[in-house]
Amino acid sequence: MSGARKSKDRTATIMLWLVMALTCGMLALILAFLVSKGWSVLSWEFLTKKPRSMMTAGGISTPIVGTLQLVLVSMGFAFPVGVFTAVYLVEYARDDWFTRALRLAVRSLAGVPSVVFGLFGLSFFVIFMGFDPSLLSAGLTLGCLALPVIVGASESALLAVPRDYRDASYALGATQWQTIRKVVLPAAFPSIITGAILSVGRVAGETAPIIFTGAAFFAPRFAKSIFDQVMALPYHVLILATAGTNIEKTRPIQYGTVLVLLFFVLGMTMTGVLWRARLRIRQRAQR
Amino acid sequence: MEKDKFSVRDLDLYYGSNHALKKINLQIPERAVTALIGPSGCGKSSFLRCLNRMNDFIPGCSVSGKVELDGSDIYDANTDLINLRRRVGMVFQRPNPFPMSIFDNVAYGPRLHGDRDRNTLRDIVEESLRVSALWGEVRDILHTPALALSGGQQQRLCIARAVAVQPEVLLMDEPTSALDPMATARIEELVRELRTRYTVVIVTHNMQQAARISDTTDFFLSGEMVESGPTQQMFTSPRDKRTEDYITGRFG
Amino acid sequence: MRTSLKEDRIPRIAVMTIASLGVAIMLFILYSLVRDSIPILAHVTLSDLLFGTHWYPTYDPPEFGMLPLIAGSVSVTLLASLISLPISLALAVFLSEVCPAILREILKPVIEILGFFPSVVLGFIGMVVIAPWMVMNFNIMTGLNLLNASVLMGVMIIPIVTSLAEDSLNSVPKDIRDASFALGATRLETITRSVIPAALPGLMTASLLGVMRAIGETMVVLMAAGGAAMIPRSIMDPVRPLTSAIAAEMGETPFRSDHYFALFFAGLLLLLMTLALNMTALWIESRAKRLRS
Repeated sequence: MSGARKSKDRTATIMLWLVMALTCGMLALILAFLVSKGWSVLSWEFLTKKPRSMMTAGGISTPIVGTLQLVLVSMGFAFPVGVFTAVYLVEYARDDWFTRALRLAVRSLAGVPSVVFGLFGLSFFVIFMGFDPSLLSAGLTLGCLALPVIVGASESALLAVPRDYRDASYALGATQWQTIRKVVLPAAFPSIITGAILSVGRVAGETAPIIFTGAAFFAPRFAKSIFDQVMALPYHVLILATAGTNIEKTRPIQYGTVLVLLFFVLGMTMTGVLWRARLRIRQRAQR
Repeated sequence: MEKDKFSVRDLDLYYGSNHALKKINLQIPERAVTALIGPSGCGKSSFLRCLNRMNDFIPGCSVSGKVELDGSDIYDANTDLINLRRRVGMVFQRPNPFPMSIFDNVAYGPRLHGDRDRNTLRDIVEESLRVSALWGEVRDILHTPALALSGGQQQRLCIARAVAVQPEVLLMDEPTSALDPMATARIEELVRELRTRYTVVIVTHNMQQAARISDTTDFFLSGEMVESGPTQQMFTSPRDKRTEDYITGRFG
Repeated sequence: MRTSLKEDRIPRIAVMTIASLGVAIMLFILYSLVRDSIPILAHVTLSDLLFGTHWYPTYDPPEFGMLPLIAGSVSVTLLASLISLPISLALAVFLSEVCPAILREILKPVIEILGFFPSVVLGFIGMVVIAPWMVMNFNIMTGLNLLNASVLMGVMIIPIVTSLAEDSLNSVPKDIRDASFALGATRLETITRSVIPAALPGLMTASLLGVMRAIGETMVVLMAAGGAAMIPRSIMDPVRPLTSAIAAEMGETPFRSDHYFALFFAGLLLLLMTLALNMTALWIESRAKRLRS
């Protein structure tokens, strides 16, 4: 009896290890495949030259710069709004309808499908606000998508600031705002930044929200103003793989673009995750 | 010659429906050390936090009665909370320096209240650190992070930080409970010196500490103030049976 | 009673104003989707929209039957969940109950990082790897189909569900495990009889949020599902879920045409589905929290 139970336990344990090993193996295979296919394409020229000959040759500098510009615009909007929303939720919120509505809204935003953000961006920024399909429209749309990520990360960063700091500041006669600005935010800032880095990873990899709000099929030059359209890495992958002038011939460019996008997104995310882990260890050590 | 700094009358404190302090009446003499003793949960810390209205931040907390500081009620609607907390400083149970440099910690309060001049600030910081007997140890490392100091040094830094806004009263909430005996001895010594300049109110669960450093002692039990009097008398001939039980270690 | 200092009123109001943008955005999303999808109802009845089986938006006269699209979304989501939820839960159990601490310190962040894997890359893999492989091994015309998209969608939601499920297993107090071990239970028995039941609300929430992500996912289905607007009869049939219809067609649609409104209606359907899942998850969470306290 006990033997049967023990062997069952052992079988289950082995199965779990197996699932883990298989998943990791799959993952390693996918990554290895992408790297092996794309690695030879990567070169200084590929990164710094613009696409040529109807995007069948040349580099991908325009989509790279476009993605960076989109990240900047979206963070310019989402970072301050997200951080202040978290400040409100952690420091000021009372148990009232506004707080409940705000929490519900942030939670709902986190679940809105990315293509629906695209529709919203089209209807609101492109048409209603009259920004047309542009860097600004696409960036703001991505900003809305990144907002819940930043709020979530900032909220936990603010909650991790010990109550003691706030007490000490109030006891010295500080107002709540002085306490937030001079003690709480500086103490939480490193963690807030890691959250922002994570959301940069999310923003840079998104395609659906920018398809109709400002991503360009092809742009001959870098966007000079926020009202220009921009090329973006993920959209470039989509275009080349599904609607390019010569899908088979541009495969190497596709693999190269995929690899650059992957490096950027996973690199950003990894930076964020590892830095946050380090901060947590240090915070624990301080207590 | 003895003047009362605080005069508390019929003070009631509720946390929601929990009656945490019941009709407290007591006087706190000026330029002396007053110790609040009692078993944990007796309300002594809550009472301390009434004296600079730190309880205001706790949701569901309500206070009635009078707490007069130099004759004017601090729970009056016109009280300027900022000014009150400037006059009544506080040191907490666990050392809680801000995650900034030593200098910035001490300068935090003066800067809040408008001191911007570098030289003035430097003078205030030095003076405050001298008062808290920390100057000698940190004069060369003023711009290193405060969190690098030892626990005892951190607590003296917190005292310096409180002193820097030139308060009249210092409230101390079990300031040595997180410290080792050596550091505790230094803080106690410091408290005795502080008496010449400030009115000190200290919460402690350590009766020897109360006996060593205080002039007056108030004994709290289950939200009531049981006995109040000169420390000498309290520890040698308590009037109330419950005080005697507590002092002789029968509970708490 | 909580005092608000006079000096604090202005910053408080300013912060509150900025924070209210979040509410405003969510309301605007709802508003713009409703406003731009209502006009289609003037030309097509609600039941024809939802249950019509022909999606020919560019024919003359156009037909806007969304049943094939809805069936596409539902079938991909179901199949993806069927593939990925068991794997995710097994991984979560492995990480929280079986995995050696050192390995866990590495795997946890790796899984979190994979949650950010750009879906366009997964869709790309579907096109260049899985589709040709399927054509070679099964006797089918195209490898871009329901199964292909579902597998990739599964890969996409595994890290999300695993992460959330692991958190909830991890927050089960240690005493529960100790109590079970002390009664002579094996690890498997402890996991299935005390840890998983204790973490059940969290596991359900994690699964629901994974399903929510799958329904709303666009790039994977746009690139790997084949794009045929028909009700699938086998897992090798191509499908056109709501998301890929929107992404593929919105670019070529005249502004404020019936087709444009119909696509907004599709977006509204998606939003309502994900909101419903999100709210269900929220309800489970809050109920579990209430039961615990």
